[in-house]
Amino acid sequence: MAITAASRTRRPLTLDSIVRSALVGLFVVLMVVFILGPLLWLGVRAFAGNWTFPNLLPDDWTLRWWQVVVNDGALGIAVQNSLFFAPLTVLVSAIICLPAAYAFARFDFPGRRFFLISLFATNAFPKMGLFVTLAALFYALNLMNTVLGILVVHVLGTVVFMTWIPAAAFAAVPRNLEEAARDAGASKLRVFASVTLPMALPGIIVAAVMSFLASFDEAQGTYLVGAPAFMTMPTQMYSLVLNYPTQVAAVFSILLAIPSVALMLAAHKHILGGQLAEGFQIK
Amino acid sequence: MTIHEPLTKPPVSPTKPGTPASGGGLTIRGLHKILGGRTIIDNLDLSVKEGELVSLLGPSGCGKTTTLRMIAGFLEPDSGSIEVEGQEVSHLGAENRPSAMVFQNYALWPHMTVAKNVGFPLKLRKMSKAEIKDRVEAVLELVSLLHHKDSKPARISGGEQQRVALARALVQEPKLLLLDEPLSNLDAKLRVKVREDIRKIQQELGITTVIVTHDQEEAMSMSDRIAVMNAGRIEQYSTPEALYARPETEFVATFIGSMNRLEGSLKDGLITAGPDVLGIRPEDVILADAPFAGAVPATVERVVPRGHFQEVYVRRADALLRSFVNGEPMRPGLRTYAGIRKAMTFRDGRLVGEAGAAL
Ligand SMILES: Nc1ncnc2c1ncn2[C@@H]1O[C@H](COP(=O)(O)OP(=O)(O)OP(=O)(O)O)[C@@H](O)[C@H]1O
Ligand SMILES: [Mg+2]
Repeated sequence: MAITAASRTRRPLTLDSIVRSALVGLFVVLMVVFILGPLLWLGVRAFAGNWTFPNLLPDDWTLRWWQVVVNDGALGIAVQNSLFFAPLTVLVSAIICLPAAYAFARFDFPGRRFFLISLFATNAFPKMGLFVTLAALFYALNLMNTVLGILVVHVLGTVVFMTWIPAAAFAAVPRNLEEAARDAGASKLRVFASVTLPMALPGIIVAAVMSFLASFDEAQGTYLVGAPAFMTMPTQMYSLVLNYPTQVAAVFSILLAIPSVALMLAAHKHILGGQLAEGFQIK
Repeated sequence: MTIHEPLTKPPVSPTKPGTPASGGGLTIRGLHKILGGRTIIDNLDLSVKEGELVSLLGPSGCGKTTTLRMIAGFLEPDSGSIEVEGQEVSHLGAENRPSAMVFQNYALWPHMTVAKNVGFPLKLRKMSKAEIKDRVEAVLELVSLLHHKDSKPARISGGEQQRVALARALVQEPKLLLLDEPLSNLDAKLRVKVREDIRKIQQELGITTVIVTHDQEEAMSMSDRIAVMNAGRIEQYSTPEALYARPETEFVATFIGSMNRLEGSLKDGLITAGPDVLGIRPEDVILADAPFAGAVPATVERVVPRGHFQEVYVRRADALLRSFVNGEPMRPGLRTYAGIRKAMTFRDGRLVGEAGAAL
């Protein structure tokens, strides 16, 4: 890259530019090692039989660990639970948070800033502390080991995304686009449905994806409130890690990553292609 | 300024519900608006005849947009009445007014195609798909943009976006067309073309139109009448010609065209010290190389070429005057004779006489 750029502009290779491209190269290598390294290791690990320490590759390959996971009956239920809670969380969170996001973006009410900042409080404290307090409350309310209890925990973890990102998206819709719709004869509701919402949609989709992933990965609170009645994929992983060799955990992490990666790719394609990118002005 | 207000203005009058309808066009009475603790629009009256194009012209911050937004229904006046075709509209929301607005930055919806943008107002009126299609194509034809009907607004040029915005307003067949600086984002050449287009379409359709601008040339070239605004009130409301030839206030005289502003009065062609203000249009400063009646010897100080004419600064014994001359290029240092053909006299900002003669 650095060389083609240099030759395109016909700039001589000065010491300065060599140092710069060396630094860029180093940075890229570090990024690859830190981001892809663990994933690569995970991938190899999932198929590894014996692996003696200094060797770069395992001594032998096997599908045994995949069999263990697939044959474990609890897994299917965990997958089902995860695929049940994540979309439901996104839905409930959207119903609760999107109107709030719109209000934060469009109206100035007393305490607006206070509420906005305090949303961070749920993420600012150590999660475990929050969950333990919550658990005490849930015992009193008979919410332990219930769908509602888990849902509350999951929704709590998404409130920040579902409010802040859509609020920014709503605020970014130019007022005069809404006024133009009013002028054309649209009622306030129609203006929202035809102009404000479609224009804020990229932000809302990003928030939904992040909330989905947050719910999908939520383990601590789910374990505390739901186990053992409701095991999701991440909580199931705890017991797998404790009961099986590490290779099984590697297999399970790969399985756990599949929906996330698929969702990210879909969102990425959707957001970086066409209209949504125009809305965000990223391309 | 306020002391010398003309007595013809009616006091702030709350409109009675039984006010007789004033026929077609737009009638504004006693419009008043306070924003952020300041009086932005101060007891403004304006009437626009049916089919007339009127410009609101004034310096930045004088309240043009605020006035237009009150007419369109985006801003509620503190008091005053707004009638469109004899119907009081000030209690209606923007969506229920018979006016359509073209916004300064066009305000096209980026997620809709050109045809969808233009068709949206019709869709709201529950028209059939076929009829929407026909009307949209007809109006896009009118603004010569039919070939772009399936483009997204981001893909077309500024001038084209401007015409889409115009089409979106026209398709509503409004009784009143409002435009807020519709040409300010276009380059100079396109501006001239588009303003001619707008004027032509407006005259063809006979739509009552109010257009906001701070460009005097634009206002002069397209309006039937111009309302010159200053600090929330209308200084003068007349035809472009009258505005230039007979400005009623010093503000209007300075704002429209250019003017030599001198303190004193004109006696026998000479400027003598005095409390009044003299306004002399550069084209009324006549230069000649031989003496003539009322002329005084003068020296050319500075020459600014302006294309088809020159702006010449001449020093006379009594004043430095600016003149517009055609013909032979002049050089600084040239000795000449300069006479004043016409001068306006302003006292306390208001026109009191012309060429020394009382009005
Ligand atoms: N919401 C508001 N709150 C306080 N002041 C306001 C508000 N809106 C407008 N103003 C003030 O009212 C004055 C007139 O504004 P307006 O936008 O009508 O000016 P304008 O004549 O359209 O100027 P320009 O040519 O720059 O567009 C300005 O001084 C502006 O600061
Ligand atoms: Mg303005």
